[in-house]
Amino acid sequence: MKTTKTKGNFHQTLAPLLFLLPNILIFTTFIIIPLFRGLSMSFMDWGVFTSPEFVGLKNFLLLFKDKVFIITLRNTIVYSFCAVLLLLVVSLLLALALSKNSIRGERVFRAVFYIPSLISMVAVGISWRFILGDEMGILNYVIRSLGGARVPWLTNGPMAMMSVIAVTVWAGAGYYMVIFISGLQAIPLELYEAATIDGANRWQEFRRITLPLLKSTVLVVIVLSTIASFKAYELIVTMTKGGPGYSTKFIVQQVYEVAFIEDRMGYASAMSIVLMMIIGAFTLMQFRLSGKEAHYD
Amino acid sequence: MTRNRSYLTHAKNIALLIAALFTLFPVVWVIISAFKPQSELFRVPMTLFPDEWTFENFISAFRHGNFIVYFSNTVFVAVVATLLTVVINIMAGYALAKYIFFGRDIIFAIMIATLMVPLQVIMIPIFLQLKDLGLLNSLWGIIIPPSATPTGIFLARQYMVNISNSMIESARIDGAKELRIFWQIVLPLSRPIIATIAIFSFMWRWNDYLWPLIVITDNKKQTMQQALANFVGQLQINWSNLLAMTTISIVPVILVFLAFQKLFMTGITAGAVKG
Repeated sequence: MKTTKTKGNFHQTLAPLLFLLPNILIFTTFIIIPLFRGLSMSFMDWGVFTSPEFVGLKNFLLLFKDKVFIITLRNTIVYSFCAVLLLLVVSLLLALALSKNSIRGERVFRAVFYIPSLISMVAVGISWRFILGDEMGILNYVIRSLGGARVPWLTNGPMAMMSVIAVTVWAGAGYYMVIFISGLQAIPLELYEAATIDGANRWQEFRRITLPLLKSTVLVVIVLSTIASFKAYELIVTMTKGGPGYSTKFIVQQVYEVAFIEDRMGYASAMSIVLMMIIGAFTLMQFRLSGKEAHYD
Repeated sequence: MTRNRSYLTHAKNIALLIAALFTLFPVVWVIISAFKPQSELFRVPMTLFPDEWTFENFISAFRHGNFIVYFSNTVFVAVVATLLTVVINIMAGYALAKYIFFGRDIIFAIMIATLMVPLQVIMIPIFLQLKDLGLLNSLWGIIIPPSATPTGIFLARQYMVNISNSMIESARIDGAKELRIFWQIVLPLSRPIIATIAIFSFMWRWNDYLWPLIVITDNKKQTMQQALANFVGQLQINWSNLLAMTTISIVPVILVFLAFQKLFMTGITAGAVKG
């Protein structure tokens, strides 16, 4: 590879290891060891104040009968599916509109759409809770002044789920838009010029050139947004607290509560393993999409 | 045909404008509302701008409820963690980009593979690990563990692979030590990637909620995001104060973004699209 030719020198062997040392120590202490601790805990009854006891597969078998866990898993899947689909469509549309230097103020528009992804999910949740409030929220105020009826944005189960999904799209679309724009800009312009000469219309251009050449970017966006949606927690905590009832409670919140509030750490670890398998599978897909190297967010 | 296209362009521009307003409105509404006196916040009929602009909410947010403590904790964590992240990730990226040694590719692969195990998945064992190391309720417990990031290492390595070997070589022939080469040749050449990693790290730390949530229970050690989440979790929410605090959390990141826009766009695409 592109590396210096001389080697064997003591300093040159030791130096890279020293350069890597802080990272290796941190990765080992805070990812690799915890990973194995988590795995072993999932086979145990474990609380902060009780001594751990090996229980085999009991935790995993309990998961199948745990109604709340199944609800949160189902909620997470529904949320993930809808949010990913909408994010994909919205961010692609924005990117298509903003990637060709065809309109004035393109850079300003890009910046505007990117702004929500800068804000912490905690603050996003708070802001939307302020806007979607039943009585006092501005949205219901506008709807009522226009003669409509109050909408229970956050107080009705299915409605709350929809609100959480919509806010996720609001908060994330700009980020995926940027990824799409760079994917679009990698498509050679000559292809479009040739298509125009051949008399292709815009839809044909999109179907025959843009979409096929954008396939890998589409997959990247799907994988990244799916991973992000399975990790969702902050938004729910500040917007709905998982409610009403269990209607917007997702896996991470359930893991947190079972572990740190109910103090059933072994059982919560088993839930984490399920979550890890889902996230791990999508991350592997992400690695394969990009060949040897990884994608980042 | 051209006529048709220009109508389309107009329609597209209008659609974009509406989308942009929809995107910005929530942020603007929250920020403006933070400047309304409490009496105006939920007054009907509602008005976009306050009749009387006031800093009252910001002052009372800082006076009550330890907000100044949360704010300084957050600044401390974000600044120190960013410095640490830049230093160790640049070092690691350099080692992985410019040296040949046994196990290099495996080490890199393992570091990247840790993306499969985000905090959400191992928060319980990490909590126990921090407890064993005495890092619970310490800001260092928030700062140190996530400072080694696969993202940072990947970006640094990818950038540094392209630094010319001949400069490093000739410095070596002149007898320069490895650390000096790193410090005097490699670091200055890596300024753009250092800036990218620093900005993303700062933003992420400023906004992060989950790490502080796992590490900190002591009220005096909490960060802003934690405080915000606790505040909104109360039965009676003091919206005026909460909106002021939310504004203090939102505005700095937007300003940083506007100042370094170009770095952002390249940073995201370098991370997400290139393979």
